[in-house]
Amino acid sequence: MSNSVLIIGGGIAGIQASLDLANRGTKVYLVEKTPSIGGRMAQLDKTFPTLDCSICILAPKMIECFRHPNITMLTYSEVKEVRGDKGDFKVKVLQKPRYVTADKCTGCGTCMEKCPVKAPNEFDMGLGNRKAIYMPFKQAVPLVATIDPSTCLYFTKGVCKVCQKICPSAAIDYEQKPKEKVLNVSSIILATGFDAFDTSAMKEYGYGRFKNVITSMEFERLICASGPTDGHLLRPSDGKGPKSLVFVQCVGSRSQRGELPYCSSVCCVYATKESILAKDHMPDTEVYIMYMDMRAVGKGFQEFVDRAKSQYSVNYIKAHPGGIAEDPKTRSLQIYYEDIKAGCNMKKLDADMVVLCPALIPKLDNKKIAEATGVELDEYGFFKSKNQLTAPVDTNVAGIYICGYCQSPKDIPESVAQASGAAARAAETIACLSKETKR
Amino acid sequence: MSENKQPKVGVFVCHCGVNIGSVVNVPEVVKYAKSLPNVAYAEGNLYTCSSEGLSKIKEAIKKYDLTQVVVASCTPRTHEPLFRGACEEAGLNKYLFHMANIREHCSWVHAKEPAEATEKAKEIVRMAVAKAALLEPQTEPEIEVQPSTLVIGGGISGMSAAVSLAHQGFSVHLVEKKKTLGGKLNELCKLYPTDMQSSEIVEEFVQAVKSNPSITLHTLSTVKNVEGFIGNFKVTLDQEGKDEALDVGTIIVATGAEVFEPSSMYCYGECKNVVTQFELERLMKEGKLKNPKNVVMIQCVGAREGKEGGRNYCSRICCATAVKNALEIKKLYPDAEVSILYRDMQTYGKDFEDCYQKARESFVQFIRFDAEDPPEVAVESNGKCTVRVRDILVNDNLELDADLVVLSTPLVQTEDAKELSKMLKVPIGADGFFFEAHVKLRPVDFATDGIFVCGTAHSPKTIPESIAQAYAAASRAGIPMALKRVRTEAITSVVDEVLCTGCGTCVKLCPYNAIQKDERGVARVNDVLCKGCGVCAASCPEKAITMRHFSDKQVLAEATAALGGD
Repeated sequence: MSNSVLIIGGGIAGIQASLDLANRGTKVYLVEKTPSIGGRMAQLDKTFPTLDCSICILAPKMIECFRHPNITMLTYSEVKEVRGDKGDFKVKVLQKPRYVTADKCTGCGTCMEKCPVKAPNEFDMGLGNRKAIYMPFKQAVPLVATIDPSTCLYFTKGVCKVCQKICPSAAIDYEQKPKEKVLNVSSIILATGFDAFDTSAMKEYGYGRFKNVITSMEFERLICASGPTDGHLLRPSDGKGPKSLVFVQCVGSRSQRGELPYCSSVCCVYATKESILAKDHMPDTEVYIMYMDMRAVGKGFQEFVDRAKSQYSVNYIKAHPGGIAEDPKTRSLQIYYEDIKAGCNMKKLDADMVVLCPALIPKLDNKKIAEATGVELDEYGFFKSKNQLTAPVDTNVAGIYICGYCQSPKDIPESVAQASGAAARAAETIACLSKETKR
Repeated sequence: MSENKQPKVGVFVCHCGVNIGSVVNVPEVVKYAKSLPNVAYAEGNLYTCSSEGLSKIKEAIKKYDLTQVVVASCTPRTHEPLFRGACEEAGLNKYLFHMANIREHCSWVHAKEPAEATEKAKEIVRMAVAKAALLEPQTEPEIEVQPSTLVIGGGISGMSAAVSLAHQGFSVHLVEKKKTLGGKLNELCKLYPTDMQSSEIVEEFVQAVKSNPSITLHTLSTVKNVEGFIGNFKVTLDQEGKDEALDVGTIIVATGAEVFEPSSMYCYGECKNVVTQFELERLMKEGKLKNPKNVVMIQCVGAREGKEGGRNYCSRICCATAVKNALEIKKLYPDAEVSILYRDMQTYGKDFEDCYQKARESFVQFIRFDAEDPPEVAVESNGKCTVRVRDILVNDNLELDADLVVLSTPLVQTEDAKELSKMLKVPIGADGFFFEAHVKLRPVDFATDGIFVCGTAHSPKTIPESIAQAYAAASRAGIPMALKRVRTEAITSVVDEVLCTGCGTCVKLCPYNAIQKDERGVARVNDVLCKGCGVCAASCPEKAITMRHFSDKQVLAEATAALGGD
């Protein structure tokens, strides 16, 4: 029997579940696939409805995880195999090589300065560049460099080695091999988060073809002071600030024609937040949100939408655009839509820039985790609750719990609450089993 | 550390990569710091918060026998715990650490004036050093936490929290003002997206509560009084006029919500065929809904608009409830016409959107109206109703016959919430619901330690959302109880008993009831209750109250340094 808990996914849900358990004295393993914990919340500029700086409120929790004596962080790692039952799971975890010795790296960044290879920065949604040796973002935890072997000159061509020469801590290790660890845990909490639907699949909106059509996650990085444009919202085509900006809701979600039929639950309010941010940065820019139903269902959200209308003059249009066209000369856009409120007349709106709010979808990797753990997935790939009504954080496998967006669409406070809830269930498991053992 | 030892302050100035270093001339600030009185050591770091930076702090504390440490970098909100931890690891009390913010307060706001920014950074460091030299070690009082919880409210949230805590190994007192458990669920019929009857769920949870020996059930009881603090709350219950005393370590508020009464809106109260969605649930549950021909549901009655005593917020669950009830009516009476008049269909998430589509496929009519042009209900003498509505999708005025008009009204805070909030000293927000410590990251905590909230007492939500939140509250309450003891704030006020005249000003002003007069008439501070707000120290006419870590001497030294003095 084990007294520890494994948490898969280092976003806000995984972090919260880890801290709740660790703070009560439970040993926690936090496994994260990417080089840093933080997840999607780390990429956001501000959060609704309080407009708190996202990384500023998240970073202390990330650091707390890192420093916590009860938390073992396994970043850049993936769960490969799960055996055993509630109370006694044996989990095989594969730690990918960073080619940097984590204990030696001080995060000074000298290697990143000198590395000659540029690659698209995933954290900035590919809008800026990082180097082949990189730290995903400034507040990354752990603050340790990682070499991306697919672009590194040493790994691709056998030359360079600049980082090794320059590293003041002799932390570079090109010979590092993947490491396998077997963890013995009492319960497992799944918190794998979400991805975004590929908006280029909806050809009528021109994402990928029209430079000034971007996604909402790209918008978050552009408007963020630590982003690729230092927080200036600029048109990708010409670097000019847009005079008009249109947000399009339900791109791929609530679709009756083959994309995702469900509602992603957060887009109406984050688009409202992004509109407010755009107005804060550029008060003279006209901002429109085209929506099907304004779903501001959370605490303080409707009030937030009301504020966007009254204080920031954000224009809300009941419409689902049929298509977007581009003026090839100016790269400006025309949005064609039926204005529902005006009796469904076809209308055209000119915009300098369009932000698509895509359906949010479960991680593809959920399939692998489902296979390894036996946890059931629903038709979209979300982890299924044991009972949708009465057992939201339990799964069909005893001792495995779920929280956050990987269970169903939800916002940050709901994810945090559910994460604490999953932690409570894991704590119950440990308490009940140790009571039985004592008997 | 002896009192008269000469302070030896260590100063660490952070470049924060380019954040500070590209604006402020850090080496110059370091040099300046070295010249300040009481500074024994100073250095610059690329990232003082990196593991390398932290070990440099620790080394310097030992090597130079530092008595206080100043880090000039970013904000204490995110990084103070980190640096305090490093000091503690090197054997220095964490209250001997002081932070100077030269990023938010300097480099970020003066990015275009590097020379001036460097001067300002020097001044900020000078102030910090002046205060740091006077810092004293503090101890955080440690208190025992009783391993028991008071859960207020026996609805689905309260029951879920109680059962989870009992499973975690704690004893639970579950208080319900009514005779039976289950709360609002007792009046609901079938619950989507499953096929479960509400009564089945109630049964399942009541069984779990009653069969658990760690849960003591107090029905027909209300909370009369609460005193004390985390770990040691003294609770008085009123059980049908009889007082009962309880000692608990933590408290969970799960008092639920009420349904908004749409008095006089849409002929409600005038005509018995105009009911609320909640009343329809009861009719269906009791099998009293007989052969309806035309049912018209109106959404957002008293919600999403402050008019006529309504609420500004969206009540989250009404659209899904209407869709569910429409589908149920269609199932029971396939010939019945059901229309839902709505502004925005709030069927968020996976399952509700699915129900919404099913309802459309089942020929439930969805009619969209504009908030500025709401429907009207007229009642004829035979009780038949006519609903007039402007459908904005077809841009036409419609007239619908209805033998039943159903008003979807929001959940609102319970009447006794205000009293409870005063008793527990926890806040209520503008929407009337209990207000959590942080909307984003502390959804079930109150700012007051040891008290938590869950379910619809927090805001309107569904059953699974309430259960998840109840488990969350159980997790949060379980933490101090599992640890058995907690440390509380060291920055508290101290009364100089010689100077205190016993005037009682502080007793009256203290927002935390932390000050009482003792038998000699001298003010005495309860360290555990004191939050260090400083109201007492500021208002004491005799200047008999000092704040730990923020003494007049320390604050004045900082202010004097700001003005350039020594």
